[in-house]
Amino acid sequence: MNYNHFVIPFAAGALILFAILVARYAYWIVQMPRSDRRKAWTGFFRPAFFRSLWEVFRESLIHKKVFRVNAMLGWMHMSFAFGWFLLIIFGTIETKFHKHKVFNMPYDPIFLRYFEHDEKQFFFSQGFSFVMDFLLLILLAATFLAIFKRIRSRFFGMKRTTRLILGDRIALYSLWSVFPLRFLAESFTSGLHHNGGFLTGTAGIAFSSFLPLQQLELPAWWAYSSALFVFFVFLPFSRYNHIPTELFLIFLRNCGIKTSGRFSGFTEFEIYSCSRCGICIDKCQLAEVRPQQTQAVYFLQQIRRNILQPQTTFNCLQCGRCTEFCPVGIKADTLRSIKRTDYSLEYGFSYKYAEEKIPPPALPVDVGYFAGCMTHLTPSIKIAMENIMKKAGVRYHFIDRDGTVCCGRPLSLSGNERQARLLMRENKYIIRNSGIKTLVTSCPICLRVFRESYDLGIEVLHHSQYLLRLAEEGKISLKPTDAVFAYHDPCDLGRGLKIYEEPRMLIARCGELLHTQQEKNEALCCGNSLADFVTPEPRKQEMRDHTLQELLLNNPDALITACPLCKKSLTYGSNVPVKDIAELVAENQ
Amino acid sequence: MKNFGYTRHTDRQIDFDATDKRLYQFVFDLEPSINLCIFCGTCAATCSAGHFTTLSFRRISLLLRRGMNDIVKKEIENCMLCGKCQLVCPKGVNTRNVILQIVKGIEKYEL
Repeated sequence: MNYNHFVIPFAAGALILFAILVARYAYWIVQMPRSDRRKAWTGFFRPAFFRSLWEVFRESLIHKKVFRVNAMLGWMHMSFAFGWFLLIIFGTIETKFHKHKVFNMPYDPIFLRYFEHDEKQFFFSQGFSFVMDFLLLILLAATFLAIFKRIRSRFFGMKRTTRLILGDRIALYSLWSVFPLRFLAESFTSGLHHNGGFLTGTAGIAFSSFLPLQQLELPAWWAYSSALFVFFVFLPFSRYNHIPTELFLIFLRNCGIKTSGRFSGFTEFEIYSCSRCGICIDKCQLAEVRPQQTQAVYFLQQIRRNILQPQTTFNCLQCGRCTEFCPVGIKADTLRSIKRTDYSLEYGFSYKYAEEKIPPPALPVDVGYFAGCMTHLTPSIKIAMENIMKKAGVRYHFIDRDGTVCCGRPLSLSGNERQARLLMRENKYIIRNSGIKTLVTSCPICLRVFRESYDLGIEVLHHSQYLLRLAEEGKISLKPTDAVFAYHDPCDLGRGLKIYEEPRMLIARCGELLHTQQEKNEALCCGNSLADFVTPEPRKQEMRDHTLQELLLNNPDALITACPLCKKSLTYGSNVPVKDIAELVAENQ
Repeated sequence: MKNFGYTRHTDRQIDFDATDKRLYQFVFDLEPSINLCIFCGTCAATCSAGHFTTLSFRRISLLLRRGMNDIVKKEIENCMLCGKCQLVCPKGVNTRNVILQIVKGIEKYEL
């Protein structure tokens, strides 16, 4: 049996890592709701298992989503993950061939070059030493790129990188040293025994010409083993915890488990899967205007360290861009809205008036129009909607013509879910009593809460969807003009409800639609999101101006949006007219 | 009391030295933009809850500054946080956070 004292740090580190991870995952699995646990167990025997394997290969090893952000960044991550993975696989196979045995000590592949330096030729031995050296070269290049990224992150397409805490730093530095130390140790051994490949062999000859390798060989192996020890011990307490945790997250997600209304074992898997890569920082519009560390990465870091500030929880636009770009697919915006309920108020907000309103008697119409608070603030939209529906000959019922209570979403965004339910109950009562079959709303904020929390049992449409339907049915005819338009995707309508195409198809019927740099799921927020409670007004205006700058880059004749709040917000800063999709349709009817 | 054919109103003078400024100070520390309010009333014109009640952000702001916390407590119950006041405010007061902090302050000082 191969043994030297230097294998102890590696073995001890690996054991500690294994023990911590097993204990932690067992605890989280116990914490998961019973129904989720059942889904996970049955997931092993369903296609979900193979889907997960494919996703693990695509995301955990190849890092496809990181490649989408930046090719250099993707290459660095891929060479670390896939390179190390192959090094382990080939090292294991090499050891088994070498020893002609199926079982070997777990540290044998790691320190093989030290223990086995006889010249006996086994099957494909030259090939193995070439592959192992080639993989080591890839990993050394990745280490170089990682160090270079710390100095010049812009080269990797990142304006800002995550500010690291102590645990992260120690793990990072030990990771940086693992592969150079392996290279040195293998080269030194090769210099003495000539058992290296093209890289370590050549380096060994070179080192032996000027270094006392007899004395240096053992310390180098000790250093390599110790670096692994430090990395393994710090891994569960650092950003690198995402490496094992992400595998579980991918599997659980493929089993159909979702982030529900509260924190559970599954959310723990989500929180600990954050690799703190910092991609969300650049994508967060708040990073441009405020120095505060409020982005998804810091939010999750604060939860993990148990130092979460209310300031961080409430300083978020909930635009969902971080979730959209997250390479791990963590639903940071959902986690944040769950966390907000921790700060919900016990008293306050009673809405006695919401109980006294008597809804109007049911009318014999199928379509109900709900303008919403924000549409009442921008009356041109509701006037346009009424004109269109009158012209199209649609018989409809204007549910909140004289104003009604709010839909409840602004309140639930503040974490006061219980109070929001009072408002929802009232609206639900009014809508149900009106006897309509299709509910049309102009406000994406209302639309989202109607669809996600109301459970109305009728069709709920955004007015852009409804207008497109009217146009396709031939009830309204649109005159094409030669005007060019830019379209701003509202966050709740786009990323929230995935309604991207309907407004675009309507605009295309009225004129030419310009493409913008970041559109559809990458669209920027107008800055005035109701989810943000902390950002001061001047900073919001900065965000709005930045969004406008991008939208108006190609000099459109008008800027079209599909949300009254976005319209109100963008109008203040725009030098071209900002119109709602309903206004555009009404003008071109 | 003898009826002289007229009624006497209770004294409505506000003694700024004696008013309870705790709540205002609490809100101001957490959301300084409340100090920008000029009581113009634009918010009152848009208030969704104003359809049903006497609520307006202008009133809340004014009452808070006068230390009339009991009326603030009663009025603020009706706010739906819809955010229209924030969008129209010419001075950029972060009204929704002000309302949230007031409710928190009321809880804290048990007013």
